[in-house]
Amino acid sequence: MRKISLDRLDALFAAISKAYTLYIPTDTKAGAKFEKWHGEERLSDALNTVRSPKDFFFPQTENLMDFKVEGKNIEVIDTRSECGDFAVFGVRACDVKSFDILDRVFLSDPVDSYYKNRREHGVIISLACTKPAETCFCHTFGIDAASPEGDVVCHKTEDALYMEARSEKGEKLMSAVSDITEDADSAAVDAQKKLIEDRLAKLPLAELSADAFGDGKTSEFFNAPEWSELSEACLGCGTCTFVCPTCQCYDIKDFNTGHGVKRFRCWDSCMYSDFTKMSAGQPRLTQLERFRQRFMHKLVYYPTNNDGLFSCVGCGRCVAKCPIHMNIVKVMKKLGGSKNG
Amino acid sequence: MQEIKREVLVNKAKELLSDGTVDRVLGWKRGEFDYDVTPGVFRSAEELDSGFVWGDFCGANFSKYLVKETAKGEGRVLVFLKPCDTYSFNQLLTEHRFDREKVYALGVPCNGMLDISRIKESAEGIVSVCEEDGKVTADTLYDGKKTFDRDALLPDRCSNCKSKKHVAYDELLGSDGEVLDSGRFDEVEKLEKMTADERFAFWQGELSRCIRCNACRDVCPACTCEKCVFDNPDSGVENKAAADSFEEKMFHIIRAFHVAGRCTDCGECSRVCPQHIPLHLLNRKFIKDIDEFYGEYQAGAEVGSRAPVVNYTTDDIEPSQAVERGEQNA
Amino acid sequence: MVDEREALIPKVGVVTDIRIDTPDVKTFRVVTPDGKKAFEHRPGQCAMLSIPGVGEAMFSITSSPTNTEFMEFSIKKCGCVTEWLHSMEVGQQITIRGPYGRPFPVDTEFAGHDLLFIAGGIGLAPLRSVINYCRHYRDRYGKIDIVYGSRSKQDLVDYDEIISEWKNDDGINVHLTIDREQPEWDGHVGFVPNYVKELGFTNDKIAVLCGPPVMIKFTLSGLQELGFDKTQVYTTMELRMKCGIGKCGRCNIGSKYVCKDGPVFRFDEIDELPDEY
Repeated sequence: MRKISLDRLDALFAAISKAYTLYIPTDTKAGAKFEKWHGEERLSDALNTVRSPKDFFFPQTENLMDFKVEGKNIEVIDTRSECGDFAVFGVRACDVKSFDILDRVFLSDPVDSYYKNRREHGVIISLACTKPAETCFCHTFGIDAASPEGDVVCHKTEDALYMEARSEKGEKLMSAVSDITEDADSAAVDAQKKLIEDRLAKLPLAELSADAFGDGKTSEFFNAPEWSELSEACLGCGTCTFVCPTCQCYDIKDFNTGHGVKRFRCWDSCMYSDFTKMSAGQPRLTQLERFRQRFMHKLVYYPTNNDGLFSCVGCGRCVAKCPIHMNIVKVMKKLGGSKNG
Repeated sequence: MQEIKREVLVNKAKELLSDGTVDRVLGWKRGEFDYDVTPGVFRSAEELDSGFVWGDFCGANFSKYLVKETAKGEGRVLVFLKPCDTYSFNQLLTEHRFDREKVYALGVPCNGMLDISRIKESAEGIVSVCEEDGKVTADTLYDGKKTFDRDALLPDRCSNCKSKKHVAYDELLGSDGEVLDSGRFDEVEKLEKMTADERFAFWQGELSRCIRCNACRDVCPACTCEKCVFDNPDSGVENKAAADSFEEKMFHIIRAFHVAGRCTDCGECSRVCPQHIPLHLLNRKFIKDIDEFYGEYQAGAEVGSRAPVVNYTTDDIEPSQAVERGEQNA
Repeated sequence: MVDEREALIPKVGVVTDIRIDTPDVKTFRVVTPDGKKAFEHRPGQCAMLSIPGVGEAMFSITSSPTNTEFMEFSIKKCGCVTEWLHSMEVGQQITIRGPYGRPFPVDTEFAGHDLLFIAGGIGLAPLRSVINYCRHYRDRYGKIDIVYGSRSKQDLVDYDEIISEWKNDDGINVHLTIDREQPEWDGHVGFVPNYVKELGFTNDKIAVLCGPPVMIKFTLSGLQELGFDKTQVYTTMELRMKCGIGKCGRCNIGSKYVCKDGPVFRFDEIDELPDEY
């Protein structure tokens, strides 16, 4: 384990920036946001960013390819290019876990080369959460906010940042900052972990359990009468989907620039009325069905296909941002029965 | 703190349920925390007792919910309307969006609703929020109790409240207020005084945060089209996300044009924006221009009034005058 | 340039022949610009066709894999992309990617069995690939029955091929029907589900259904009345798709993705899916 004094964070960021494009969470008037570090940007103290870091690997919108169309002829232009090495500092335990969930979609056969390209070049520098919020429930999904995963794992104490490499990519990054960091024992980090564990146990959602859900529970929950009340106020907007670190549905669209056609992909939401609409019909006619799809996917369908892994990391963004304050916590409590009081 | 207590609302709702005036109640349901109440339908006294809340975080405007709720069946629905909600209520009636006979509207006074994000700006881990004598106290996980002036926690739509007067109701709980002389156009004036480049930079900064979640549109009581132009693949503007940086501005500008003259300035768009984009300022610019061009007009102030933008008179401003004014501001 | 194959990037295809099947169905023949098949496929699999600037859509490949020269797609005009395809002339380039989905188990479960194909309207298109595959490897299968119905004689897809080829094959019985009487028709008149029951097939066959949802529903119950088990009956599903590779989330029903785990399903498998298709 290495450490660096907090008053030398800029030196650390500068050293990382020599080899990587570095992104850190900074404060804006609309909450914390990952921004490219140029030297001026200050590290945010906020617990987490408003938008999740999924953008780094699965951006809101990205060009997939271009087409040149002349008369009856079409030329397909592969616009992909090798991405440069980048590092994302300050990723929280929940969000680090979200990358595993996205990996199982995008890196399964056939591999999504756009995602893989960024994933291979991205280094995740995680940061333990010293002040988990009332909306946090990562422990429900077996995530430990005190000990995040990541290529490099960091703990920030009152005066120092402790860093430990956990992967080959992490080792490489740490070797780039070896001159300015020093060896440290784990005493301060161990003490902090203990403090965080105590805090996690006291969170309002500490008892929330996902045990009622998972592989093979489709028939148990699909026709549950509770969906009607849970979805009655849903506006059908995409806020939950778009702030969610694990939602990854997308749309592919063409955009005619006047000089050619760009085929791009953008985030899409199963909450939208046109998500499954076909010329021939619409299998999900009401908001109840769309609402149910989102939560069934996270709590039942995804785990069925992925060894019981849930497609939620308990980051609490949907809890904070849903315009009508309906969210996965309320769904789990209502459907999960006695286990969730 | 709200003037009327929860019990008064609950008792009134129970009374109207039991005498058969209504068969369901549109109200706010208790959440996990004090601030995360959810709109919902109550069908019995028991449901009201256990789940109904009324307080400083009941900001949702129920008017739009009436469009779907009244289409569900024959029975009447009870709805609670804050003064600003009543303007949306009237505007929807003007546009024939729901059947008035199927609604029993109870007017409730409003002292302004709090914006939890203002508390969260300076307090982490909010366990509970309570209020006494104009002071709001948040109990937090790590910093103990933090106290705020109530006024400092009001969103713009409430600190610049346009009216405490209910313009529609079947029955009023508590006292009615007056139309207020608010400073709601102050921010718009600041924007008007900017140079075109400054103003462009301002909106670029704000709108570049847009994630196209459509929450603003989906909550807006003026957006009740069966099929929105942005969901129509044949419209040419359907794109869900920005194809280039200009597209998202088009979304908000087209929307502002579409609701011009119909927007009552209820402020729901800004309340729900997950990226805190001050979308209401676009609408207020239209309202201010309409006031200046055609004389003061408040959408929803009365049922059946025709917005100046859809009502030709010989006194209307000449297009050339508008162009001239635009050029002066450029 | 990223040195990796990308499923979402299509190839260019050229339309070399356009056949008008019915008033709203045309069959397009597609090859690569150098005159070859774009890729190999199995019966029942699909491909994504697109016109850049208009959009991309999933279609079943209607030609048999045994056709070594080209692929064919029978497409009904019913939306933005299909309208554009219908307006094309020979020589037009489009884009093509695939093959996608799980095919019919023609070499396993189907092998050695009598087969009963039942189609309604454009529903014949996905079955044509299987039927011609089975005709090509005729000795691998038992008796083949084909029940096909449409609104009118003009709405029967592949009519010429049915009359001039399928009807003349040994061991293949073709049973055509149309919904209402019309002057130049001396064949059967009536809806497909009823016709299937009238024909009274023995339940020792494997049945394959494709057509509009209402036809599927009533034909399935008709087959069950005749003693068929759901494990003997296959169909091919259609849902909105964008990626074709089980990632974009659009065709997700329960834990299945129609583009990847389907489009071919056996009815006992469909029973396990939540009811929203």
